[in-house]
Amino acid sequence: MGTDSRTRIWWALAGVVVCIYALVPVLWIVSLSFKTTDTITDGSFVPRSWTLDNYAQIFSLDLFTSALVNSIGIAIISTVLAVVIGTMAAYAIARLDFPGKKTLVGVSLLIAMFPQISLVSPLFDISRAVGLFDTWPGLILPYITFALPLAIYTLSAFFREIPWELEKAAKMDGATPLQAFREVIVPLAAPGVFTTAILVFIFCWNDFLFAISLTSTSASQTAPVAIANFTGASQFAEPTGSIAAAAVLLTIPIIIFVLLFQRRIVAGLTSGAVKG
Amino acid sequence: MADIVLDHIVKRYPDGTVAADDLSIEIADGEFVILVGPSGCGKSTALNMIAGLEDITEGELRIGGERVNEKAPKDRDIAMVFQSYALYPHMTVRENMGFPLKLAKVDKEEINRKVEDAAKILDLTTHLDRKPATMSGGQRQRVAMGRAIVRSPKAFLMDEPLSNLDAKLRVQMRTMVSKLQQRLETTTVYVTHDQTEAMTLGDRIVVMRGGMIQQIGSPETLYDTPANLFVAGFIGSPAMNFLPATLEEGVFHTPLGEFALTDELRGALASGNAPRELIVGIRPEHFEDSALVEDHQKAHGSVFTAQVEVLESMGSDKYVYFSVEGEQAVSDELAELAADAGTSDVPGGDSGTLVTRLSSASTAREGRPSEVWVDTSKIQVFDPSNGRNLTVRDAATVAGG
Repeated sequence: MGTDSRTRIWWALAGVVVCIYALVPVLWIVSLSFKTTDTITDGSFVPRSWTLDNYAQIFSLDLFTSALVNSIGIAIISTVLAVVIGTMAAYAIARLDFPGKKTLVGVSLLIAMFPQISLVSPLFDISRAVGLFDTWPGLILPYITFALPLAIYTLSAFFREIPWELEKAAKMDGATPLQAFREVIVPLAAPGVFTTAILVFIFCWNDFLFAISLTSTSASQTAPVAIANFTGASQFAEPTGSIAAAAVLLTIPIIIFVLLFQRRIVAGLTSGAVKG
Repeated sequence: MADIVLDHIVKRYPDGTVAADDLSIEIADGEFVILVGPSGCGKSTALNMIAGLEDITEGELRIGGERVNEKAPKDRDIAMVFQSYALYPHMTVRENMGFPLKLAKVDKEEINRKVEDAAKILDLTTHLDRKPATMSGGQRQRVAMGRAIVRSPKAFLMDEPLSNLDAKLRVQMRTMVSKLQQRLETTTVYVTHDQTEAMTLGDRIVVMRGGMIQQIGSPETLYDTPANLFVAGFIGSPAMNFLPATLEEGVFHTPLGEFALTDELRGALASGNAPRELIVGIRPEHFEDSALVEDHQKAHGSVFTAQVEVLESMGSDKYVYFSVEGEQAVSDELAELAADAGTSDVPGGDSGTLVTRLSSASTAREGRPSEVWVDTSKIQVFDPSNGRNLTVRDAATVAGG
């Protein structure tokens, strides 16, 4: 009993430490975003004088609003495509035996491990040559490529957990393979699909490397790139406040996304299918 | 509704394993056929081939007279109930049962009507809007049945549908399955490893071992005239007793003493080129406390005395276990049966024990010797080398062995 409550205290303590460690920088950014230009360097955690100027300022820039639109559009399209393709690929890997399966898994693992920075120059050349430079597809394509291994790995783990007999049952009930997949397998893999979607979305949303290398104008610049291009009021002023405000704004969609789907990400959705 | 014909069907896996070897079964329209055998005997493979979930390597499968080897499961119009029930957890009972109809593009009212009819038969009406996760094993099992019956398929296939239920519920569900089948008159193929289930449910039973059919017949046929040692040992509970015997001058020498051959037996053995070393099989109910046997009956039997090891009184009968000295009957079939039943793992298991079912009036006591009469007219004689039943002349039903 004594050791039990003691371990619990230690766990609670560890949890608090982790939360503080993770949240302090975020809160610091939030605090910075509400500070005036004069007090921004005062080092105080709670702003002495509050202001919304920073937020007003970033929205007065066309650069940021269009970047936000680009970011949302590109991230959503990439996520949807990566999840759809990933779901099918993962299902095939989890359930079917086909020639080249090992190669496919190996290659996707390879892509995941390849240092992205080494691909930036060739990608830059390629996208200029084929006319994808500074366009949405120019970013969506590499995003899908790099998100797919992640999607395939997460999803195939989920598919493996679904009892195979359900699929046989669907077949016996008169379903075509596609119907069985759509009506039975995908709904059951929903938690996996949403988890994957969130991970892929965050990856696309946060990317800076490809965004800054493969874009040049507001036609396709994403928000992280726009932030990097912020300039201060004068040549000598650091745009710290604006950067902080933009960073806070960028975090919000992610939070909404996770909150929206967290109820779907519950384990045990397959309980009751078969007697365990 | 339709008949199902398995015509010399073979299932061979790419690695060369043969899961089903030359299966030929003719299942009549409306018949209830049981495939039974120990695990790994190929019964589930056979069922999956009928279902279309596994390819057929050789031979022809006909449902309703039509070759269906190449047809996908959905085009065969047969329903299957799985051991794990395989209910769709994200759908309610209603949706689960209506799923096959929905796929068949039946209109919604019709689906509702059929689902409700089926629910009424299965006593599920009050549960229609629940999800499988909140239901008990027996209820889930009924939902699985419901999903099979809603669309009135040509045939039902059941893969050990009751084995996940506890013993009491299993008996209830067994009756339900039997009634349901009689009511719907749909051809049914039922797979089980439980011989009691097989005996009580089936019109006909197919006993399988190692991918081969051992015998096909009604429960009575299998019980009274098993084609070989395997069938004899598999069917019946408690199992048949097997004793080594030597035949000398018309007399069996067994650990229980000497049995005189009946005329019938003598005739059968004479025509079968019988070896001298044999295995004798006697069912537990063919023993009786000799004090309770009338004299005129005693004439066609033999009496021996043995030590009572264990006595189990069932009320109506007494199961009396005797220890038998001497050698054991040895054959591959018996070894496999013992392995399947798990008795070979139990210390002192079945070896050297004789199981008898005596009348409840018997005075047998544990630890005391008792005089027992055995009805020698009912004994079965087997050839130890191939397991064949020498008392059965019609060996046509015996495949392999």
